[in-house]
Amino acid sequence: MSVLDSKVPKGPLKNKWTDYKNHIDLVNPANKRNIDVIVVGTGLAGGSACATLAELGYNVKAFAYQDSPRRAHSIAAQGGINAAKNYQGDGDSTYRLFYDTVKGGDYRSREANVYRLAEVSANIIDQCVAQGVPFARDYGGLLDNRSFGGVLVSRTFYAKGQTGQQLLLGAYSAMNRQIARGKIEMHNRHEMLDVVKVDGKARGIIARNLITGEIERHSAHAVVIASGGYGNVFFLSTNAMGSNVSAGWKIHKKGAFFANPCYTQIHPTCIPRSGDYQSKLTLMSESLRNDGRIWVPKNMEDVMAIREGRKKPTDLSEDERDYYLERRYPAFGNLVPRDVASRAAKERCDAGYGVNATGEAVYLDFASAITRYGTEQAKIQNIKNASEAKIYELGQAIVEAKYGNLFQMYEKIVDENPYETPMMIYPAVHYTMGGVWVDYNLMTTVPGLYCIGEANFSDHGANRLGASALMQGLADGYFVLPYTIGDYLSDDIRTGKISTDSPEFIEAEKDVRERLEFFVTNKGEHSVDYYHKKLGKIMWDKCGMSRNEKGLKEAMAEIKALREDFWKNVSVPGGINEMNPELEKAGRVADFIELGELFAKDALTREESCGGHFREESVELDGEQKGEAKRNDKDFAFVSAWEYKGEPADAVLHKEELEFNDIELKQRSYK
Amino acid sequence: MNLTLKIWRQKDSKTKGQMVDYKVTDISEHMSFLEMMDVLNEQLINTGEEPVAFDHDCREGICGMCSMYINGEAHGPDRGVTTCQLHMRMFKDGDTITIEPFRAKAFPVIKDLVVDRSSFDRIQHAGGYISVNTSGNTQDANATPISKHDADEAMDAATCIGCGACVATCKNSSAMLFVGAKVSQYALLPQGQVEATDRVKNMVAQMDLEGFGNCSNTGACEIECPKGISLENIARMNRELLKATFKS
Repeated sequence: MSVLDSKVPKGPLKNKWTDYKNHIDLVNPANKRNIDVIVVGTGLAGGSACATLAELGYNVKAFAYQDSPRRAHSIAAQGGINAAKNYQGDGDSTYRLFYDTVKGGDYRSREANVYRLAEVSANIIDQCVAQGVPFARDYGGLLDNRSFGGVLVSRTFYAKGQTGQQLLLGAYSAMNRQIARGKIEMHNRHEMLDVVKVDGKARGIIARNLITGEIERHSAHAVVIASGGYGNVFFLSTNAMGSNVSAGWKIHKKGAFFANPCYTQIHPTCIPRSGDYQSKLTLMSESLRNDGRIWVPKNMEDVMAIREGRKKPTDLSEDERDYYLERRYPAFGNLVPRDVASRAAKERCDAGYGVNATGEAVYLDFASAITRYGTEQAKIQNIKNASEAKIYELGQAIVEAKYGNLFQMYEKIVDENPYETPMMIYPAVHYTMGGVWVDYNLMTTVPGLYCIGEANFSDHGANRLGASALMQGLADGYFVLPYTIGDYLSDDIRTGKISTDSPEFIEAEKDVRERLEFFVTNKGEHSVDYYHKKLGKIMWDKCGMSRNEKGLKEAMAEIKALREDFWKNVSVPGGINEMNPELEKAGRVADFIELGELFAKDALTREESCGGHFREESVELDGEQKGEAKRNDKDFAFVSAWEYKGEPADAVLHKEELEFNDIELKQRSYK
Repeated sequence: MNLTLKIWRQKDSKTKGQMVDYKVTDISEHMSFLEMMDVLNEQLINTGEEPVAFDHDCREGICGMCSMYINGEAHGPDRGVTTCQLHMRMFKDGDTITIEPFRAKAFPVIKDLVVDRSSFDRIQHAGGYISVNTSGNTQDANATPISKHDADEAMDAATCIGCGACVATCKNSSAMLFVGAKVSQYALLPQGQVEATDRVKNMVAQMDLEGFGNCSNTGACEIECPKGISLENIARMNRELLKATFKS
């Protein structure tokens, strides 16, 4: 019997959440005033949780490393948010959203959690509209929807290409209302550096004021971690520069199991790296693949000629180009899921066909779409014998109306006009499905310690569908955690204020201080970024889009060696008692290095291919699916939850077996 | 390219600051401005000097964290971009670039190029919200149709990223574009009507309390705004304030 108890309620899937809510213990309003809750991170999940918890009457203490909750990286999400509203009357339902999410996750998520997510999705839209979130509308004044990859209905709500921004500002406004009422105590420019456990329960955190450098103790009856994903373990990703794993990793070291760290989503349409100075990668919406055709040159001489500037991509005729997605996946073509498209780009670039100086780029070409739309427009506008130039002009106007802002963004960054020459794209790390293990209540393996949003593991399995991240963050924060946490806190109504003078707080503060002291006094040879870049390279080369046993074993050894070198030779300028961005980075990179090793170990243990995790040893050997990812449900239909035992490599695996009662497991096929 | 940088260095809010010269070499035109700053900082760390502190996070122009005043312009010489989206191809080999923090009484310097914009947050606390509980039990999202025109205009106002370029560029350090954008977003939507009177009064009162100046219709804010927030939002806020004054 596993030590893991998912606490999924009994009964039929559709009734679980309702029955559960009907039977949990509640805290009466007078008692809520005596209970404190700490929330670390104020993005969509953390911000919405703060707002609801404060409304319910709890005293909330919120922490963010940025200067305002409005800056959290949820703000960068472009496309939209899914909800099973069925406003389009196209047959959508809670069950369909649930089904699509489980299938899209390659059957590695927990059924009951995903069903609940689908169930509350409709409330999110109602809630956000009531808060004044300006979603896109049609001419009749009703909400508009768009369709997204991997599904057959239109259920995505959006606010231009800035849906994440508008939803975050909505949650921020709900927080502001509670900050004004004094129910949320907001600590901006603060970073959590450890969690404090008293009698086995999470009772507070140690935080550093990033302006003064002061180390502070904060107590509460429960602690909620909402610190986002850990994509920056790869150094280059689409995450914000400050996005980090530290809160999640600190609680892991204090007893919270870390689940499925190897599940990473690598997004196929990002702007390629242009040099070693590159600090982050920029994503362009995957909607571009609706009209763009992806290719590399067929012949190596042309690749070389293009790299050396002797030829332009437009010089190559149709039969000199390899539209490799259309060649390999005739049924889905350029619209294969994210993981498949990313791996295919890597395969071509690894074979030497990359088209830019770094050899890591493929073309995304809109010429066919422009001609197709142009011809159509010429017909509509009744222009006879239109010249090629005229057709191009007509077609360009259509493409501009659809993707104008993305084309402009591309041109700003790359300084090439994508209407005249194909875009260059390459996959980049975008989202992490893995995270801190939580039960149905979103509680970790430490009592009183919760984890929500991208920071936890539960809803997306091995691969996340587009427009589902915003949905999960807000579902957890607005509608799930505020209920489930009451069940735990109902035992705490007589506890009274938690003292920050206990030996546990003193000890935790001492450890934090010693680590910071070490960094500023070490005076080694290399900057923090030197190590972060090295870690990123190991992760990308050996734990990236495709993984094999040999590479993963090497990665574990190399990361361990890097960690030892880091603790000997890292150099951090400045002091502790001041604003010191390098010191902040040092702590985050130290945690990334440890996580990286566990990541590789997790990928090594999972000897199957599923979703974003592709093991070269686990592919179909014959038949129509030859060479494609092979999932192994018999041996690997479980969540890998890792228990910390001192060294990342010594972590102990606990398995949560996944049961699928309402869905039949199927192999994905895109041929 | 090789560049000379004149950068504002200030140890903390209490210490006096000064401009300091630095040289950077081999800067690629494809770098973003902040990547050029990364190169400088790596150079400073390796020579045992303290790196330049500056705010930044998403590096894709949406979080509003980056905030430099470059050659006398908020977010530098390009239009419609934040500093993180500014590219070095906007500069020439041999250029001298002056880099200062966003300056305003209500944005005190914390360190080097980092300023404290919490005054913006406090204006939002004063009324930048609709008082609806997050219970999820509101009316159905489609119960009240909203004209596409109003919804689109509200969206244009809501696109403000709260970076403070409008304040930094204004000769009066006025925050009226920022406040006007929030007031407009809610004023254009039916959900915002219930509290409209109190909202505009409270937000404007807080804005004055924070020490922001008044608007004298120069329009520099609109030009420097990386998100193209229109001056119309200031006009709308003034109308709302006038209405609110008559109502009470």
